[in-house]
Amino acid sequence: MKRLLLLCSALLAAAMNAQAAPAAAPLPTLLSETGLFTPGTTASPAAGVLTYSPQYPLWSDGTHKRRWIALPAGTTIDAARVDAWEFPVGTRLWKEFGYGRRIETRMIERLPDGSWRFAAYVWNDSGTEATLAPEDGVVVDVADAPGGRYAVPARGDCTACHEGAAVPILGFSALQLSSDRDPLAPHADPARPGMTDLRRLVESGRLRNLPRALLSSPPRIQAASATERAALGYLHGNCGHCHNAAGALTGLELPLAQQADARAQSAEQTLASLLGHSSRFRPNGAASAQRVATGHDGDSIVTLRMKTTNPLARMPPLGVQVIDQEGVALIERWISTDLRTR
Amino acid sequence: MKRIPIEYAILAVAVAATVAIVSPARAEGTGQPAETTAEKLARGKYLVTVAGCNDCHTPWIMGPKGPEPDMNRMLSGHPESAMLPPAPKPEGPWIVAASATNTAWSGPWGVSFTANLTPDAETGLGKWTQRNFTETIRTGRHMGRGRQVLPPMPIPMYRNFTDADLEAIFSYLKTIPAVTNRVPEPLPPAAAVAAK
Repeated sequence: MKRLLLLCSALLAAAMNAQAAPAAAPLPTLLSETGLFTPGTTASPAAGVLTYSPQYPLWSDGTHKRRWIALPAGTTIDAARVDAWEFPVGTRLWKEFGYGRRIETRMIERLPDGSWRFAAYVWNDSGTEATLAPEDGVVVDVADAPGGRYAVPARGDCTACHEGAAVPILGFSALQLSSDRDPLAPHADPARPGMTDLRRLVESGRLRNLPRALLSSPPRIQAASATERAALGYLHGNCGHCHNAAGALTGLELPLAQQADARAQSAEQTLASLLGHSSRFRPNGAASAQRVATGHDGDSIVTLRMKTTNPLARMPPLGVQVIDQEGVALIERWISTDLRTR
Repeated sequence: MKRIPIEYAILAVAVAATVAIVSPARAEGTGQPAETTAEKLARGKYLVTVAGCNDCHTPWIMGPKGPEPDMNRMLSGHPESAMLPPAPKPEGPWIVAASATNTAWSGPWGVSFTANLTPDAETGLGKWTQRNFTETIRTGRHMGRGRQVLPPMPIPMYRNFTDADLEAIFSYLKTIPAVTNRVPEPLPPAAAVAAK
């Protein structure tokens, strides 16, 4: 009887817990209180904070970026789903944006109920501290930014991109951290000593259940040429967070995200969705349009929307005001040269 | 009649309480019985009607009693066949102009053309999901991620619809006649055109 009552109590307690996960503490007001830095400083990362750099970075109007991740002590990332890693509660990632000096640092944090929250911190002019930005964003004067103004995103803008994929962590994945880095990837930082990557994560015990084959043969986009590999990587890093086969926009049938799992044949699917494929978006007056018109860059909607200054047609639709000339050149070279004979 | 042992009775009560706690209410938060499909569609139709969707998403024509929405093209958006001259230059306090169909609007945001809300797969909402629709209204961005939904769409008001309202509206829109009508892309503000 006593055992039965204990069972009932446990059952009810579990049910109550399922209803109410522990509430998250409010966001710290200062970046120095988030755990990124060695206490008392805002220059050096705290012990246990890992530096990383994705091989296919997102273009953000030419800002210089640095990135870090911290996992709670004793926790690990589960890579059983190769392209949708499961991060432990308490995971925090930071990304710093700057034009010469630090302007903004964004933070993503996994909460006890499994959800993610997003925050932005704005640096003071002297670069000694950053303060939590308003929830609806803020525009700050930055001399080197386009038009002298820099837009810190609203938290809703963060989710527009980060909640468009299977996992809201976009730049910290098997493909992005592969040690087989793409030498033609635009704007990528070179791998530097001290930066973590796929192998180091596994060897340090912070990443478990990654298929062993991905260490002996690191993730690499399967493409017909080096240019095509970089082009597909660019589309992955700049478009794949929304245009993928797992998130909200699957109805568009435009999977631009690449998978580390070769069985997914993601490159083939991307090419099939692009080459000669009819585009729903059409320039006004055009009777038809193709996402990628093989061998004819000027007729391709992909580059048209990358290059336009029309804010109602530009892709990506947010976070970009300055055309990425290097990225455009790569995609144009791929279409007009590599695809000419296909 | 066989008596049920007290242990089993306690366990049954605990399980029932657990199920009651974990399971959602039948009709979230209302205590009312869940809505039937027919009731949901009827409420969706009601909401689409009173929220004025036909005012802008159904092209207007001149009827015997004056301008009226052409319900033969119900909610199919700005007609792709309509050839419009450039919008008039705004003068003084008159900064917004609308076409006679009430489906093309010019203002400081550029020129917007109302969307095809019918379930046509290629030109309407046929491939949209409930999530796409709800996130569009909530965020004011196409499918929650794309470009901004432009005026005069009253996103600041409509984002206050409940999830149940938006489910009813989208469910109803999926049942109306599909109309193939490829609405033009919006035109940018004059400043953006000048910068080209």
